[in-house]
Amino acid sequence: MFVSHLAMHIPDGFLSVPVSLFGWALAIGLIAIALGQTKKVLGERQVPLMGILAAFIFAAQMINFPVAGGTSGHLIGGMLAAILLGPWGAVLVMTSVVALQALLFQDGGLLVLGFNIFNMGIVSAFAGYGVYSLLGKVTGHSRAGNLFNAAVGAWVSVEAAAVAVTLQLVVSGTSPLSVAFPAMVGVHALIGIGEALITVGALAFIQQARPDLVGRPNQMAKRGAGWIAVGLVIALVIVGFSPLADPNPDGLERVAEDQGFIDTAQGSSYEILPDYTVPFIEDSALTTIAAGVIGVLIVAGIGYSVGRLNHRNDQQMEHM
Amino acid sequence: MAGAFQERYRPGDSRIHRLDPRIKTVTALLLILGIVLTPEHAWPAYPLIWALLGSMAEIGGIRAWRLGRMAALVLPFTLAAVALPFTMPGRTVFEILGLAASDTGLARFGAVVLKSWLSAQAALLLTTTTPFTDLLWALSSLRVPPTLVTILGFTYRYLHTLKEEAERLIRARDSRSGTLPGQKSGGSLWWRAQVAGAMIGNLFIRSYERSERVYLAMRARGYTGEMKGFSRAAPTINAMLSGALPVLVLVLIEVIAVILWSS
Repeated sequence: MFVSHLAMHIPDGFLSVPVSLFGWALAIGLIAIALGQTKKVLGERQVPLMGILAAFIFAAQMINFPVAGGTSGHLIGGMLAAILLGPWGAVLVMTSVVALQALLFQDGGLLVLGFNIFNMGIVSAFAGYGVYSLLGKVTGHSRAGNLFNAAVGAWVSVEAAAVAVTLQLVVSGTSPLSVAFPAMVGVHALIGIGEALITVGALAFIQQARPDLVGRPNQMAKRGAGWIAVGLVIALVIVGFSPLADPNPDGLERVAEDQGFIDTAQGSSYEILPDYTVPFIEDSALTTIAAGVIGVLIVAGIGYSVGRLNHRNDQQMEHM
Repeated sequence: MAGAFQERYRPGDSRIHRLDPRIKTVTALLLILGIVLTPEHAWPAYPLIWALLGSMAEIGGIRAWRLGRMAALVLPFTLAAVALPFTMPGRTVFEILGLAASDTGLARFGAVVLKSWLSAQAALLLTTTTPFTDLLWALSSLRVPPTLVTILGFTYRYLHTLKEEAERLIRARDSRSGTLPGQKSGGSLWWRAQVAGAMIGNLFIRSYERSERVYLAMRARGYTGEMKGFSRAAPTINAMLSGALPVLVLVLIEVIAVILWSS
């Protein structure tokens, strides 16, 4: 969608210098891993395959469909690439797309290119693929199940990238959290639906025409066994940012305080991490980070054990 | 979407066109870094930086006002910062619809808009005067991993090939989609998205199979996983001085800005 282009490619000047450099450090490290991982699987086919498929994403973004009132939706592509090439392959392809958009067409700045690659290449590929493969462990790999998981994954990939962009803008002090967060998340919830629809359409076609490219638990994805770790790192980094973001409380709480009804609010009957803080740590920024980290680890632990359980079931089924 | 594939490069033979692409790339990055570091309230610095970029544009054979207009393409993104004046604490300057705009918020907003506009001009100066292949070569000699550079080169090589493939698919869809005036055309949103999705799936398979053919053709010509290129001489002192000049001018502007205008 036209809007998504504007909202995702950050131009220079919107991120502070330390934030931009941090983005470069993240992007460089992860691209280096992606280069190594895809090389192991593809060998010398790596260069032509990754290069041509990055050009494919460019061309696919031209194919739009009318939505309503003169607007039209088009593919962003992180999720589709991750399903077809595995997350590491998707990272390389999307890195190439985003870098070319900046260098050829001035879509997005140069100093902030590190974070643009991180948001649209790494966050969207791993967040989407993480959800897709976690759901895959629950629903199995039926055709319909795959399509459904891809739809959810595509929606999450767009939202995750939007959240990452928002956090970077907020940390740089160029956009207030209370306005930017609901606006970005709201707009991208709609854009994500378009992405989900079109990803499903593409995947359904490929499953029909070349099932060998999707159906098998593909080799590229197996290589990404470390993706859980990377997904975690990304989630932790985003969590690490959040408390440094804005000293003001979030929008709803702010309104509540202003209107004087915060006292009437009731806590839920059970709280593991009350107010997102860990009780025995004093410093407030530190406790919020700690609480976020614990939350991420709990969710990851649940995901991992569900995966293990399913895997064991599969093996038992095979023995029977 | 026709404009989306419009490359920025404009052929020419100016001093800037002839400058070593490695030097140009580093200079552009340093200029952007300097622009972003400008102190927020140093208002007189912004027209000076613009004058610097404008005069470089004129040397490169681009009218300064045209460069400025091209750089305006970043302005829609300022929507992301538009809430700043209304949320930062400070002295109220004016009120709209019951929202008070503060002086500090307005200053931050103005600085962000100016910095992104000026940075875009510095980046455009690089891309309008440097062919993309030279830019790639500059990246590889600046220690960007060679595999990544080669992948970027492949993407660039097949960009227009696959764009034309996509255009053929779109033309086919258009010719299947006849409508009568006054009649509602097309199916539901779901159906339209599935048609577009199927086209993309189709394009993926064509691209994937093309990559296999390309790979086999490369193998047949002796490709072993490494790309070979010509190495070029180190940049001359003269080129380095030409690249350093605008950076030094910018540093001078920034120093004055910090001393005189930053409070």
